[in-house]
Amino acid sequence: MDEYLLKRMVSSVIAITGVSLLTFLLLFVLPGDPAEMLAISKYGPRDATQAAIDHLIRQEGLDQPVVIQYARWLKGVVSGDMGTSRISGKPVWQEINVRFPATLCLAGTSLVVSLCVGLPLGIVAALQRGTLWDHLATGTSLIGVAIPNFWLGLILILVFGLYLGWLPTFGYGTLPHLVLPAATVGISMAGITARLTRSAVIDVLGQAYIKTARAKGLPGRVILSRHVIKNALIPIVTIAGIQLGHLLEGTVIIEMVFAWPGIGRLLIEAVHNRDVPQIQGCVLYIAIVFCLVNVLIDLLYTRLDPRVRLTDRD
Amino acid sequence: MTDTFSPIGRLADHRLALAGGILILMVSLMAVLAPHVAPHDPRQTDMDQSLTAPNRTFPLGTNKLGRCVLSQMIYGARVTLGVGMGVVLVSALVGMILGVVSGYYGGMVDEVIMRLVDVMFALPGILPALIIAGLLGPGIFNLMLALTITAWAGYARIVRSSVLTIKPLPFVESAKALGASHLYIMRVHIIPNCLAPVIVLATFGVARTILAVSALSFLGLGCQTPNFDWGAMLKESLLYMRTAPHLLVCPGLAIMLLVLAFNFLGDGLRDLMDVQANRKQKY
Repeated sequence: MDEYLLKRMVSSVIAITGVSLLTFLLLFVLPGDPAEMLAISKYGPRDATQAAIDHLIRQEGLDQPVVIQYARWLKGVVSGDMGTSRISGKPVWQEINVRFPATLCLAGTSLVVSLCVGLPLGIVAALQRGTLWDHLATGTSLIGVAIPNFWLGLILILVFGLYLGWLPTFGYGTLPHLVLPAATVGISMAGITARLTRSAVIDVLGQAYIKTARAKGLPGRVILSRHVIKNALIPIVTIAGIQLGHLLEGTVIIEMVFAWPGIGRLLIEAVHNRDVPQIQGCVLYIAIVFCLVNVLIDLLYTRLDPRVRLTDRD
Repeated sequence: MTDTFSPIGRLADHRLALAGGILILMVSLMAVLAPHVAPHDPRQTDMDQSLTAPNRTFPLGTNKLGRCVLSQMIYGARVTLGVGMGVVLVSALVGMILGVVSGYYGGMVDEVIMRLVDVMFALPGILPALIIAGLLGPGIFNLMLALTITAWAGYARIVRSSVLTIKPLPFVESAKALGASHLYIMRVHIIPNCLAPVIVLATFGVARTILAVSALSFLGLGCQTPNFDWGAMLKESLLYMRTAPHLLVCPGLAIMLLVLAFNFLGDGLRDLMDVQANRKQKY
């Protein structure tokens, strides 16, 4: 397993390095001269004279080969310096650190919502297979998968914010502010959770040990809690892994809808402003978090299921 | 369930898949025949009819400029559906070629392609497309380019794994022994046998791409005025949410239904292909 862990780590590091290289190169395939853009964003369009541009080129080392620029940038990243945002003028790391708690809060609450809605729905659907409950749960989960998450957010804003006036529709800070964004991301993920839980539970129900437990005369409640749920937990951890991508993606877009001051909004605003250092920082940050959590989930998976030898997986 | 050998018959067994297929067909026809189907010119403005609720002349109401929402949606389907299908077609083709090459040749080529795939998967969902589209600048073409650049990896990965299972099979070995060229083996033996998972993945891929296109257009990174798709219509509706909720509801529902249709079709196709795979194994 240690070998497997090492292998996963190495491939994650390679992937993240690849991401960093590609985001760095983006700067050079962009339409427009990077030095000129930098000068305009730094001094404003009027003061971005040729002299100012030349000065910037020398100062930022933009006349050096790409490889050297990349190496220097990477060195900065490793030592915790990702440059400064071209819009706010603050260090990129600082901007990300300020925004991170908001994103973590939204993502965490959304995950809880998604599990609280999706797990029971999936379990009920699996236990009551073929009944109205199953169709209802399956139907809900299908719609949950197909609904555009930002649109769901807007509908919730319309109903609970504008018509009923129960909840604030944008902003950050208090618990009521968290309800709508977390409900949006959570509900839009609950569909997948329910679907995967349903098939996981159905899988377990078909196992021989469930038949044995039934034959022993164990009450249904005990079978459910001791045998079904416990064994279905393994695929459900995998679900959490699959969900992670949806979670991050959903959070980014929903942050825009609800003006939630997290990393997603920071990233999209940076994209709109072509604030390249900030984009590079956010992208690298999200990629690292994403890969790290994925590796952690894989580890958790091996701990939960001793039968799995992950070295066989690829 | 009837036991029929014709794929169409078996597809018809899945009522939902069939319903999805019919809906897709209808939307496609509407998009293609837009000038004949749309009740109004989608760009015709009429300030007297600004933000009217759905009525007899305007079945889905009008927007700020008095444009017919139904006609806008019919024309918008051209972009939404066209981009969705176009992106999937190109990225599936590219991904398939790279996946076949990667799985068939192995070694260094495989290593490089698969590491590139890993990079694409190092960022979740539509984030890479969002960044690329944003930096290339808004517009439909850039949006398609960005989505294609990021979507091929999934196909490459799945094709590679099917190639790895097909490659050691006796019929490939025998073709090799008979002196067939690599290109011939790939074209005749490998590619046809790994098409099924690609088709299923591509069907779900259209659904995902439609969601991505809509989200990016909504964020202002896709379709720009004077062009519009369903996502851009939603963006525009934001300003009039309270006074004209039909502007918000209609395009969103349309996106959801179309995505649902592709998901149903994908589910049906997956069952269908699995049946075929089982049958093949039995013989």
